[in-house]
Amino acid sequence: MTVSEYIVLWVGGLLTLMIFSFLYKDNPFYKFAEHLFVGVSAAYWMVVAFWTTLIPNMMGYFFPGILGKIATNPQEAEMVMSAITDLPMYARLLRIVPLIFGLFMLTRLLPKGAWLSRWAMAFIIGFSAGTNLTRFLQSDFVAQIKSTLIPLIVINNGSFDFIASMSNIVIVFGVIAALIYFFFSKEHKGWFGKTAKSGIWILMVAFGAAFGYTVMARISLLIGRMSFLGTWIDSIF
Amino acid sequence: MANKETNFVDRMQKLDRRVIFVLIWLAVVIPMLMKLEFPVRPSPVVEGIFDKVESLPSGSIVLMSFDYGPATVPENEPMGDALLYHCMLKNHKVYIMALWPTGEAEANRAIERVITNKFLDKRYGKDYIQLGFKAGNQGLINAIYSDLKGMYTTDAAGVDINTFAMMKDVNKLTDFDIILGVCSGRPGLKEWVQFAGDRGNIPVAGGVTAVEAPLLYPYYPSQLLGLMGGLQGAAELQAALGNKYPEYTEYVKASAGSVNAVRNMGPQTIAHLVIIFFVVIGNIGFFIQQRRKKQERVGL
Amino acid sequence: MRREIPLLITFIIGTALVMAMFIPHKPFPQLDSEFSIWFDIIAVFAFILGGGNLLRVHVDRITRNHEDKNYSYVTIIGFLFMLIIGLFKVGGDPGLTGNYIAEGTWFKVMYDAVFTPLSSTMFSLLAFFVASASYRAFRAKTPEATVLLIAAFIILVGRTPLGHYLTFWLPDWLSFFHIPNLSAWIMATPNLAGQRAIMIGIALGIVSTSLKLILGIERSYLGSEK
Repeated sequence: MTVSEYIVLWVGGLLTLMIFSFLYKDNPFYKFAEHLFVGVSAAYWMVVAFWTTLIPNMMGYFFPGILGKIATNPQEAEMVMSAITDLPMYARLLRIVPLIFGLFMLTRLLPKGAWLSRWAMAFIIGFSAGTNLTRFLQSDFVAQIKSTLIPLIVINNGSFDFIASMSNIVIVFGVIAALIYFFFSKEHKGWFGKTAKSGIWILMVAFGAAFGYTVMARISLLIGRMSFLGTWIDSIF
Repeated sequence: MANKETNFVDRMQKLDRRVIFVLIWLAVVIPMLMKLEFPVRPSPVVEGIFDKVESLPSGSIVLMSFDYGPATVPENEPMGDALLYHCMLKNHKVYIMALWPTGEAEANRAIERVITNKFLDKRYGKDYIQLGFKAGNQGLINAIYSDLKGMYTTDAAGVDINTFAMMKDVNKLTDFDIILGVCSGRPGLKEWVQFAGDRGNIPVAGGVTAVEAPLLYPYYPSQLLGLMGGLQGAAELQAALGNKYPEYTEYVKASAGSVNAVRNMGPQTIAHLVIIFFVVIGNIGFFIQQRRKKQERVGL
Repeated sequence: MRREIPLLITFIIGTALVMAMFIPHKPFPQLDSEFSIWFDIIAVFAFILGGGNLLRVHVDRITRNHEDKNYSYVTIIGFLFMLIIGLFKVGGDPGLTGNYIAEGTWFKVMYDAVFTPLSSTMFSLLAFFVASASYRAFRAKTPEATVLLIAAFIILVGRTPLGHYLTFWLPDWLSFFHIPNLSAWIMATPNLAGQRAIMIGIALGIVSTSLKLILGIERSYLGSEK
């Protein structure tokens, strides 16, 4: 192991123990690690956003030379610069629009100019609404209804398949019953209420399954951390 | 006697949570030290992924997206490893990318573990390529859907994309035979289904963390060919691979850290049992308290 | 005009993107990818806003002599240090060339030594809390809660090799009740039905909210200020 690998292992191990110390009770070591995490992670995402979005997708369009200066090798420099300079001028200058919107976003910090940030928010909202409307309609609505149109009587190799038929019946009527439960424009009484009640049962099974999987996920992450601590302790002896 | 019982039950109900923490810690650490391992059997939902990758003709074009970070390495790393190993075994051409900035580093580690160390005959640019991370989330999927080379003008190392033989006939997402996602959160497998799979009728499969897995079941099997959920899902794919290719089992056994999902199922199993035990004990104590309260109300 | 222009922007962008789904000809597909990039650029400014706000909050704590002001120093120093070494690619190739997170850069070292262990450990703490919460709060008070518990038990046992050992002895005609099979059936049938209903409900909600936003019926994002 190199010196820097040792440093990484030891710093990582100590910080891990500081976070775990919270399990005993809140203490200055945990608070130190927690506050360090907040600062470091905020800066990490800012740096990533700067180098992967702001420079190549905005500053590089105005000043392609920047992309040439930060390229790994002369061939890449030539490639990325010509990819930009080959574009029509209007396509490059159009990137002023998100720059202006971005600056408008920063006006939120000002006492008087904050109304300008609404323009940036409007773009974000419009983009999210426009994209989500079609995608969710296609994948999470139409495709889901199509997947629910399944045979209630399943014949396999010429004979009635009880398990497959029962499963399909549970899926079809389960989806309908759970959807009826979420329909609050009609009072849940009579046959409607009974169907909504059976929808609750289906949802409870789904939530139980989700709980089981959540427990599994958390334990897996703990196993990973214990494995790391084991590697750290191994390096000591 | 009743007093003894009620005092014990009350004490159990008010048990200091640090005792529970210690028991959970022991439930994980002791099996790890004992290297407790159980055989794992693949389930149909994971076999769907194995069968699809296995049945693709040799040399098929596979897109693998590493969309996770260090926080979910224990769950996602064995998935990515197993999928990459399987693709290399079947001589598929693997195009590696990432929707997460942290995904590129994870992909590089998988490439080093699997391809550089085990598949010495595989050539970069001919059998696999690392396209790397590009910002954009689902916008990136949108962009490469119609023009992959427009977004990826170079590979992750900055080399002109057109210099690689395997990029010659690959121009958009619909040129791929399958998309395999190793994902955790957003953007992830759901976005691959919504923006690529459903839109272009491209087969999609992959693995997600156990927290997300139940939410993606509605996509199975028409929109998702198969789904690995958490560590168990990864272990099942490793078991399916190992059953067909024993050399893979040897590779996994020799791997350090989180790669061996089958081995990590040992502490996982014990921890699950401990949690079930806690819930049962908690409920028994609750019912005893409820019965006691009822008796006090009745005046017995 | 302060409220009308944002509404117009939302309408134009939203409508263009919906039309891009149905019109595969220029300029609509290009609009789709161009707007995605604009969205990401504006998101970067949102990050800058967030970072600026973080600094403001912690500097405020220091100047007001808050009891935890020493920890605010830790946050600010960690933030500024990570920002500077990342923006200037300290330790990397000379002259700002190369990858910002290449091996050998200080940014990569901080990522491996600080960011990775801290984020992984924060997540893994949840294992302890989920166990504690299960013991203290998970009660079969109603028949519905009992069903939830039983489903969770079957999944917890069935998703481990132990599930196989408990019921492997069952005859073939009872194989449905073999715990791993039962667990797989629960996931692929009632769980699928419940999650599908939730997914359809959410999709309907998103579609209706998106329509209301695009058409300007829903204006809460503009705030209450005139």
